[in-house]
Amino acid sequence: MMDHTPIELMATIASHQLEDERIVGVGTGLPMIAGLLAQRTHAPNLIIFFEAGSMAPIVPTLPISVGDSRCSHRAVAATGLAGIMETGQRGMIDYAFLGGAEVDMYGNINSTVIGDHDHPKIRLPGSGGANDFGSFAWRTIIIARHEKDKLPERVNFITTPGYIDGPGAREKAGLPKGTGPYRVITNLALMGFDELTCRMKLISIHPGVTVQQVIENTGFELIVPDEVGTSPLPTAEELSRLREIDPDGIIIGK
Amino acid sequence: MVAGSHMLEQGIGELFSSCTADEIRDWNRDHKQRGMVDKVTTAKDAVSRFVNDGMYIAIGGFGHIRISMPLIYEIVRRRIKHLRVSGHTAVHDLDVLIAGDCVDAVDVAYSFAYETRGLSKNGRKAVESGRVKCVEWTNAALSWRIKAAAMGLPFLPARNMLGSDTFKYSAAKTIECPFTGQKLVALPALMPDVSVIHVHYADRYGNCLIRGTLVKDDDLAKASKRVLVTAERIVPDSFFRDAPERTTIPYFCVDAVIEAPYGSHPGNMPLEYYFDEEHIRGYLKAGRDENDLKAYLDKWVYSVNDFEEYLGLVGMKKLNYLRRVEELR
Repeated sequence: MMDHTPIELMATIASHQLEDERIVGVGTGLPMIAGLLAQRTHAPNLIIFFEAGSMAPIVPTLPISVGDSRCSHRAVAATGLAGIMETGQRGMIDYAFLGGAEVDMYGNINSTVIGDHDHPKIRLPGSGGANDFGSFAWRTIIIARHEKDKLPERVNFITTPGYIDGPGAREKAGLPKGTGPYRVITNLALMGFDELTCRMKLISIHPGVTVQQVIENTGFELIVPDEVGTSPLPTAEELSRLREIDPDGIIIGK
Repeated sequence: MVAGSHMLEQGIGELFSSCTADEIRDWNRDHKQRGMVDKVTTAKDAVSRFVNDGMYIAIGGFGHIRISMPLIYEIVRRRIKHLRVSGHTAVHDLDVLIAGDCVDAVDVAYSFAYETRGLSKNGRKAVESGRVKCVEWTNAALSWRIKAAAMGLPFLPARNMLGSDTFKYSAAKTIECPFTGQKLVALPALMPDVSVIHVHYADRYGNCLIRGTLVKDDDLAKASKRVLVTAERIVPDSFFRDAPERTTIPYFCVDAVIEAPYGSHPGNMPLEYYFDEEHIRGYLKAGRDENDLKAYLDKWVYSVNDFEEYLGLVGMKKLNYLRRVEELR
């Protein structure tokens, strides 16, 4: 078995969540890698949308930006932000793949500020297309670091709404029905959401990780079912594909 | 206050740029030239004529892709102050304006960061210190605000931003759909005072072709009071006459045309040249220290007369290399 980094493990598990012949909108960084890996493994006909306007590109090397020329390489259409997000608003985007500084028990994501909005302790980039993708995609997949303060009970700022404060809240807010967070992938575990309560629920722990460790590193009461699986290790095939995608370790080496 | 009876909630953010549907029409009646006249000029002339302190500015492209650096550098060089900027994925464009102390406020969708390269110390510090004020939006929200103005409408309804703090700290409102009762967000039209857009090809009248993703620049050109275009190449009139489907931006939207090969440097220009990563790394490093940032601006902006001199500092060797990287060679 080849050695792998925690980021490589997250990337492979993230890629497994994507189905073939579906449309996924991906954000900068690890989500981009997960989408490209899925295309090179089990989902060759996965269609990637990049928010700057590119549809179904054949990405030749790792892009630096979701809007750079790598992201529109051999695309079938080069539209714009509105072209992508209107397609999402029409219900055509199946998956959104997002990162965030904080994710809470209802899958709300913060990528805007830590601290007071007008006098922030840390100013983060803001929504970008995340709020749009997270509002419109049928299923939103979130990548986060598994630390107590990165997974708080309530995020500092809801940049992108998850289930907001529980069942029915998205619909009440006016968001399209049948949408919302689907999976959360961290360096420790894969999680989903409980259908009744809309709260985050453990699905599987990564090899070498204990349930106790996951609980201790989560800032809220995580739902732990009786049966918790173990996430699969990256295969040699997946690792070599990953290293083709990011040969300089720009993202997977972090 | 003319809030309609169907208004439900509103964000607490300031609306930096507002316009009614008739204001859009009146501006276009009174200020936009219909005639096909030669608009070719220099960045210096265009900025001196069209960019003033306190204006609301929008930048074409995607923050570090297809950005009009000759105009951005010229705005910094002229020490224009108190700008309000549309941050629909703002990266190096906005960061350089902040470094030059040109900016008071940002309509943020994505700002103060460099995507996979991480956050910008300079941009972050400007917000964290209170020097730059932020109102929150999303990429689609700013695009649709621009689209509303491009359509001559005061707002567009949409289904994003709902149930979020992004909405709470925006200047959007929620309304009830008059047909279905569905709750919607109402995004107010955004009509920038001036937009600067870098394109692949332009003719002397201002017809433009953009290759690769448009981001929102077709609508931005229609929505803005003034549009300043830099182009990799100025082409003969026949370029568009021979194949009118090439026209991404029609001439009557455009107020000035500037020939600027490598005009997106150090940003990427799709199908022309890739990012100058070495330059951007150097800039971000300089941004960690006030004196280093000042030295950067002195060297690359204040001490050069124009973009051609700047390119002289970059050097043909580097520019040729960036073309090869773009072509995956």
